[in-house]
Amino acid sequence: MRMPAPIRLRELIRTIRTARTQAEEREMIQKECAAIRSSFREEDNTYRCRNVAKLLYMHMLGYPAHFGQLECLKLIASQKFTDKRIGYLGAMLLLDERQDVHLLMTNCIKNDLNHSTQYVQGLALCTLGCMGSSEMCRDLAGEVEKLLKTSNSYLRKKAALCAVHVIRKVPELMEMFLPATKNLLSEKNHGVLHTSVVLLTEMCERSPDMLSHFRKLVPQLVRILKNLIMSGYSPEHDVSGISDPFLQVRILRLLRILGKGDDDSSEAMNDILAQVATNTETSKNVGNAILYETVLTIMDIKSESGLRVLAINILGRFLLNNDKNIRYVALTSLLKTVQTDHNAVQRHRSTIVDCLKDLDVSIKRRAMELSFALVNGNNIRGMMKELLYFLDSCDPDFKADCASGIFLAAEKYAPSKRWHIDTIMRVLTTAGSYVRDDSVPNLIQLITNSVEMHAYTVQRLYKALLDDISQQPLVQVASWCIGEYGDLLVSGQCEEEEPIQVSEDEVLDVLEGLLVSNLSTPVTRGYSLTAIMKLSTRFSSLNRIKKVVSIYGSSIDVELQQRAVEYNALFKKYDHMRPALLERMPIMEKTATNGPSETVQTNGETDSTILDTKHLPSISQPASQANDLLDLLGGNDVVPIIQTTVPTKPASAGGELLDLLGDLSLTGGPTPTPASSVPMSQPPFLLDGLTSQPLFNDIAAVIPPMTAYNKNGLIIEFTFERSNPNPNIAVITIHATNSTEADMTEFVFQAAVPKTFQLQLLSPSSNVVPAFNQGSVTQVIRVLNPQKVRCYCEPRTHSASYRSRSSEISPFVLKHLQKSDECLSGAKLNIAKLKLRAASH
Amino acid sequence: MQFMLLFSRQGKLRLQKWYVPLSDKEKKKITRELVQTVLARKPKMCSFLEWRDLKIVYKRYASLYFCCAIEDQDNELITLEIIHRYVELLDKYFGSVCELDIIFNFEKAYFILDEFLLGGEAQETSKKNVLKAIEQADLLQEVRHMKQRLPAASSRRSDLHKPLRDDRPKHTHTQPDH
Repeated sequence: MRMPAPIRLRELIRTIRTARTQAEEREMIQKECAAIRSSFREEDNTYRCRNVAKLLYMHMLGYPAHFGQLECLKLIASQKFTDKRIGYLGAMLLLDERQDVHLLMTNCIKNDLNHSTQYVQGLALCTLGCMGSSEMCRDLAGEVEKLLKTSNSYLRKKAALCAVHVIRKVPELMEMFLPATKNLLSEKNHGVLHTSVVLLTEMCERSPDMLSHFRKLVPQLVRILKNLIMSGYSPEHDVSGISDPFLQVRILRLLRILGKGDDDSSEAMNDILAQVATNTETSKNVGNAILYETVLTIMDIKSESGLRVLAINILGRFLLNNDKNIRYVALTSLLKTVQTDHNAVQRHRSTIVDCLKDLDVSIKRRAMELSFALVNGNNIRGMMKELLYFLDSCDPDFKADCASGIFLAAEKYAPSKRWHIDTIMRVLTTAGSYVRDDSVPNLIQLITNSVEMHAYTVQRLYKALLDDISQQPLVQVASWCIGEYGDLLVSGQCEEEEPIQVSEDEVLDVLEGLLVSNLSTPVTRGYSLTAIMKLSTRFSSLNRIKKVVSIYGSSIDVELQQRAVEYNALFKKYDHMRPALLERMPIMEKTATNGPSETVQTNGETDSTILDTKHLPSISQPASQANDLLDLLGGNDVVPIIQTTVPTKPASAGGELLDLLGDLSLTGGPTPTPASSVPMSQPPFLLDGLTSQPLFNDIAAVIPPMTAYNKNGLIIEFTFERSNPNPNIAVITIHATNSTEADMTEFVFQAAVPKTFQLQLLSPSSNVVPAFNQGSVTQVIRVLNPQKVRCYCEPRTHSASYRSRSSEISPFVLKHLQKSDECLSGAKLNIAKLKLRAASH
Repeated sequence: MQFMLLFSRQGKLRLQKWYVPLSDKEKKKITRELVQTVLARKPKMCSFLEWRDLKIVYKRYASLYFCCAIEDQDNELITLEIIHRYVELLDKYFGSVCELDIIFNFEKAYFILDEFLLGGEAQETSKKNVLKAIEQADLLQEVRHMKQRLPAASSRRSDLHKPLRDDRPKHTHTQPDH
């Protein structure tokens, strides 16, 4: 029984569109697909075209159609034009170069490229130029090249774009098209001209040689462009009174590439660019498209300054255009040129600022970026007003970037400290929740360093807290400040504005309020607990503070609990240390890099796992030295930094190691106390409140040099630097000098590090420290402390082996300062102690 | 140009032309995301948006969105003119083209596009020449498959019948001359 003729395409489309549900549609599709499949199986030539067309429709609806791929190939191979048309369309839609089946097309295309009918040739060129794979392009490049030289403009233009595709797929083939480009530009046909310019552009972009070769075309291009502008109305190519804008834009783009970096070419095109810029009709999009391209070209080539100003002014006019598309491209272009033509762009600053109020998101964003680029010392006040207003009203997506930008600009150009603080306050109160995390430490640093503004700052922050405690960055900064400057707050010392009356209890109420509030994040709670603790040395309400601290000793939040416990310990056992520890922060050095820092692990954890001999770098050491190393591990002294004397302690046995770590190094005294009273096995960190919140992003910028050892004529000094590429590496240079009468030979510096550290000892300059300070031995040590664990430097009595003495080698414990505050103040006590040792080579 | 998509306000794809090699899966994903992004745009917003590392230029004509993805160095404003030229060609060919024309004669929409653009670039800047070529090629088609005009289908959605006109009043282009 003969199958009925497959339904027509339009019929199918109509039928499918009557489906009321997705399921119904699917059913229809499946039914039809089945019919089509059997038709394909029957090798029905008559209706193959119709069936493939239907398949393409269903494919567009999202249904699989891969079983039609081979059918497309058959259609392409057919003699009928209708078949070929659908076949090639199907190939472009269904085949892709990843499947080998596409290669079967190659021969057909080759034949069709040589077909007697130009429309068939056109189909082949189009398909090849759209989806030809590299293999196909390689095989057929010769045919394309042939067609590029034909006099038939219909084919020539297609061949040019096909060549572009071939070059993109197989760049090595570019050379072969070179001869054919010879007289492409002498064509009258606009299609050929347009596609030729595209081809030339592609070649010049890919090859500097081609670029120099084609520079000679500049005069011809200029001439063509001139004709387009000057010639009268040409109906065929006219768009709103402009002659062939597509061609004009492409020529301008090619000129840009040819003129870039080349004085002569740039000069040759100077006039025509000025002409286009001044004569082009700007009432419609098409004219502006040409102006836009012209501006891009002027900015990229070596144009005269007059021309550049003209270009910027065009962009300025664009900014005032009603059409937001035009405003958008203007802002984009201005953003590109703001660095190089800064002053010219500045003139349009007010228009740009107006664009901040635009309704379109993309325009607003660009206007914001551009505004930040234009801020300078002269306009900072005015600009900041606008930007703060923008911050207030913009979308949440913008707020983080805007806030960061404002902080940056304020930092660079703030006219006064008071203004700076006010600006920060404004940002924190209006967009406080959107401020980036790393802004908090930066702001704290800023505030700390603005010494004369402390009272004013803390007052303002306090008042802000009374209003709103939901914005965490604001709350954190405020807590920190209250902790630091609470004394100024209650004493009503503010000069800048009317001082408020606030009592200690009120302040503590606020801070405690933060601790219990649902709005506070754990980080914020940490800040406020620490702030409360700090106030114990500034306020007199000691009992209240003690109470709070002890309550949080049983907090569920581990972080809070730990702090509370440590602070508790501070009250109980180490009360004499408390004032020093909680002293006012010194001015902080701005660190070089301000990336976010890692949260500090409590040192204790690392402490307890370290000092294991097998983790010492292995070296071939004489036995005696090995013993010494073991001894090194046994020592347990801690010297509080506040006392600058270096204690001389005998090394104790290694067995006390763990005790040592449990030892609360808070003891200023010579004997370590057992770690019994503290429930945690880790030494408490008083300044955890500060340090586990990354305040500053790096280890101290500057660690002052120190005399690590000074005894018996041997002086060893450490100077510190941070390694440039990796700020986690401290580079210590030791200088050993000898003022005795005898040379010190066999001088060996040893050091050992805990597991988490990495140590590298570079070769010392010498083993002999000459007598009478006649020279020094230097050695560079690099210490990597990835966890930023604090460690402690403690020089010990031992020295390198003297000729006449046999002392043990002393370990040098390096003070690695977690935060710059501790480092620089020198008066802060670091609690953890780590012994730093390394075996020298 | 990397690709061009035509889709309705309901997000139904009416035409897809890809000038870069991508798998079917990738194409579907891109289409889905882009359609969603463009449909979410408010009418007052500009025609350009950044999407992945491409620039997207889109314009709405009656019930159809014309959406092109261009590269960094391409001129957005002239792309709008390209889109408009394509609409003009369709309009001239179909006579006051509407979405239904494109639905029922999608293969012709492709043929016209392929006479206007090749490999993502304009191959012919004269409207007349493109239409002439299509006309000639149509004549070559074997008799059975005559050029069919859209049947008067009863459609629930009347805006499919609406001629494709520029949606933005400011941006006045002349009516296509019949």
